[in-house]
Amino acid sequence: MSKLVSFFGQKVKVINLGIPSFAEDLKKQGVEVMHTEWRPPAGGNKKIQALLAKVEAWQSKVKAGKGAR
Amino acid sequence: MLIDIQEANAKALAAIQAAQPIIKGIDTAINVVPGMKKNLILHAGPPITWAKMSGPLKGAVIGGLIYEGLAANPSEAEKLAASSQIEYSPWHEHDGVGPMAGVATASMPVWIVENKTNGRKTFCTLNEGLGKVLRYGAFSDEVITRLKWIEKTLAPVLKAAIPLAPEINLKNMIAQALQMGDEVHNRNKAATSMLIRELAPAITKTSFSQEEKARVLEFMHSNDHFFLNLSMPAAKAMLQAAEWIEGSTIVTTMCRNGTEFGIRVAGLKDRWFTGPAQMIRGLLFPGFEEKDCNPDIGDSAITETCGLGGFSMAAAPAIVKFVGGTVSDAMNFTRKMYEITDGESQAFQIPAMDFRGSPTGINLLKVCEKNILPQINTGIAHKDAGVGQVGAGLVNPPMKCFEDALEAYVEKYCQN
Amino acid sequence: MVVCHLIRKQTYFDSVTLMLIGSQVKKLDGIENAVVGMCTGYNIDSLKRLNMYQPEFDGLTPNDLIICIMGKDKATAESGIAEVEKRLKSRKQASGASAELPPATQEEAARRLPEANVVLISVPGEYAAREAMQALNNGRHVMLFSDNVSIEEELELKTLGVSKELLVMGPDCGTAIINGTPLAFANAVRSGDIGLVAASGTGLQEVTSTIHRLGCGISQAIGVGGRDLSEKIGGRMTIMATRALAADPTTRVIVMISKPPAEKVLTPLFAEFKNIGKPVVVYFIGADPKMIEAQGFVAARNLEDAALQACRLSNKKQYNPEMTDSEIKKLADKVKLPAASLRGLYSGGTLCDEAQRLLQPAIGEIFSNTPVKGCKEMPDVYKSSGHCIIDLGDDNFTRGKAHPMIDPDYRAERMVQEFADPNVGVICFDVVLGYGSHPDMAGEMVGAIERGRKKSGRNPVLAACICGTEEDPQGWQQQKARLAEAGVSVFPTNVAMVKFVQHCLERK
Repeated sequence: MSKLVSFFGQKVKVINLGIPSFAEDLKKQGVEVMHTEWRPPAGGNKKIQALLAKVEAWQSKVKAGKGAR
Repeated sequence: MLIDIQEANAKALAAIQAAQPIIKGIDTAINVVPGMKKNLILHAGPPITWAKMSGPLKGAVIGGLIYEGLAANPSEAEKLAASSQIEYSPWHEHDGVGPMAGVATASMPVWIVENKTNGRKTFCTLNEGLGKVLRYGAFSDEVITRLKWIEKTLAPVLKAAIPLAPEINLKNMIAQALQMGDEVHNRNKAATSMLIRELAPAITKTSFSQEEKARVLEFMHSNDHFFLNLSMPAAKAMLQAAEWIEGSTIVTTMCRNGTEFGIRVAGLKDRWFTGPAQMIRGLLFPGFEEKDCNPDIGDSAITETCGLGGFSMAAAPAIVKFVGGTVSDAMNFTRKMYEITDGESQAFQIPAMDFRGSPTGINLLKVCEKNILPQINTGIAHKDAGVGQVGAGLVNPPMKCFEDALEAYVEKYCQN
Repeated sequence: MVVCHLIRKQTYFDSVTLMLIGSQVKKLDGIENAVVGMCTGYNIDSLKRLNMYQPEFDGLTPNDLIICIMGKDKATAESGIAEVEKRLKSRKQASGASAELPPATQEEAARRLPEANVVLISVPGEYAAREAMQALNNGRHVMLFSDNVSIEEELELKTLGVSKELLVMGPDCGTAIINGTPLAFANAVRSGDIGLVAASGTGLQEVTSTIHRLGCGISQAIGVGGRDLSEKIGGRMTIMATRALAADPTTRVIVMISKPPAEKVLTPLFAEFKNIGKPVVVYFIGADPKMIEAQGFVAARNLEDAALQACRLSNKKQYNPEMTDSEIKKLADKVKLPAASLRGLYSGGTLCDEAQRLLQPAIGEIFSNTPVKGCKEMPDVYKSSGHCIIDLGDDNFTRGKAHPMIDPDYRAERMVQEFADPNVGVICFDVVLGYGSHPDMAGEMVGAIERGRKKSGRNPVLAACICGTEEDPQGWQQQKARLAEAGVSVFPTNVAMVKFVQHCLERK
């Protein structure tokens, strides 16, 4: 568990996806936060989301294959 | 297939960035345009049949047939146009581009632009000027006469002048124009001025008459958009360098024929993905209304495809006045385009963005994922042939083009 | 009544922001109803139900924003729309007028803050797992506030998280304090040596706040989501968190808070706890403490007790509750209930459960919308009868509204309603402070109390517990003063408040 334990000693730096007040509260505390104006991918279009997921899955395989070499 | 998209796109971007488009010369279409024929009419946008053409394109075809001597009058031209004797093909499939209707016939002179990095050439007609011109579908005697003058005087003078002038690197000229308030789609004033400056001494050195040389100079001077017909083939030469890199999702073509919008993608060789051309939102000149407008038309979106035009709106904020916007809006339009591009131009830097390179390399995947469409600035044509420009404004491609392209991409590459 | 609407295509806002704005604008003069939301199937149904649906909404997508206002006349409805737009615009500006447009994806955010080590996800459930997966693949810890994530997705995420020693806090995790930083709904708690692992948000808030008020501190407060100790998930995150706290030199005491784990998970979990080598306080809500003690662990009897035990183990001395039993009894003795029934209006589900559990053996029949064992289902959740202890954060009450910890409106309305019932003798409620919570919940409740008194002319006994610390943005003392001014008896913990309520009811 050494990796997780060493994380316990670090400053938390946050990427916030969704509710803006979570990011605002963190900023108030002086925490480094990157708020994201998140929107559903592909404008909410399920068909496009599925196609993009196929591309992502393919690329994961390609990259994993390369890493193995 | 084991293709890393990031790598493929990086390759595409590198090829685009490395392009060096120069003015090689001028020649007649039949001599230099691949596949050109006497009965072939090249046009802007994706493939289209006579029956589907909008007013301005039909008018331009009629004018082209009369100019080419294939028809004696408009009604003959119309009959001929509808017959199987005339073939139509997109300029893009012949290594060229055409603004608005973009009609080109065998006898028309064309600019020859060469990408010195790979030796390939692209082509475009010479800009006729504003008002009642062929590219807006006009076909009156005045139009034909002007086209003849371009063939018999303008082109030969410039053709002779070019070798007498220092080599004109269009990439550099565009880069400078961008820092002078142009975006080389709807604002070409600075670039046109620089072009005239480069060619004027050479023009005077040619052995044409004083009168002819003067008319040539006056003609170029009278048309702020003369340079558009060079910025377009220059952009095409740059993007063409990425065609057809396997697996790449970089968009290499965006164009419209007045009826449909078409795109092409580097990793999907020769395939068109089309959708309905959209109506432009903007300012209309006095006396014109929405119902007068033609849908989006022209190959000039090749400039946006290359990070210029609407993508470089931050360089030419005057454009936003056409859409009732502010300078800050112009900057935001450019900023938004960084979300859907893979890189930033090394050559085309925008002063107002602290000389940041313009957004380059539209990535199909990003357009779909983020649901952000490329932003195009463009002129609005009257829907009736030959009336001319009725306004200018902003427009986007239909998302359908990108959705269909994504589907085709997945079918080609992601089926195991 | 006139209905006006405005559509903003491809304009996305999160649902909490929209619901809050809708809720605010609805209060304006002459506005009967306001629906401000993305065009989801759910919102379409709401609009139809409210007779506010317009044919122009056909063909819109969940990325299109609908503003629909029902007002007493056209001018009022239109001004309602203008008001909504104004608030949306200031919302956008509030996110910073910087040189860059804010990132719209996790990828872009990561490019701008590559040193980020935690991704806090509160997007709609159907997209949450994908974002969480991306975060883990990029080596970042995940706090998954979103609910409506499937158990299969949870299993996949936690399996990956464990393999990479990355935290997956959630789904449906509302509270965590990691490396001293409160995330989502959490309190400002000093640092110390007590490490907590919890499957309950408000439970974690109550215990950590109490620890702080007692003068002790925490190392980590790790939320694991309500399903972690189910058979399918097998306690994966709990076990990883526990192992890490065991190995963490800063942590000297460990506290575990959750509902009783699934049968099959209990044995391996206890085996893990035995390996820790540090004292463990276990609070399995509703479980028999003897079962836990038999295993050799310290069993807490309630949330307050969990904090007391943890402090005792941390500082090796006895800790007493902030208010002793005799103090509480003395307060109750001074009070006379005007009628017999109790109404408990809770924003925190775990606190609502705790109240039921503590009171059930003592005061007879208790109804709830979320009854624990031995309590009964309310026949009509919108109308109380007899002793009712209500979780206002439950789905029934939060349709189209933000959670009662953020949006006090329905609870305030319900407070006024309970005042009007002549059978009501005592009303108790929780005020949860901290980041994420309403900036002045005490003020809102006092407003409701005053309206209740005025409208009904009645004066039931009022009790509140404030879950929080002085360091919280709202300020514990300030909130207490506000409530006390209005005649509310204020208690530091739910347990103390419930003891008070019990005494009051027994005296009648």
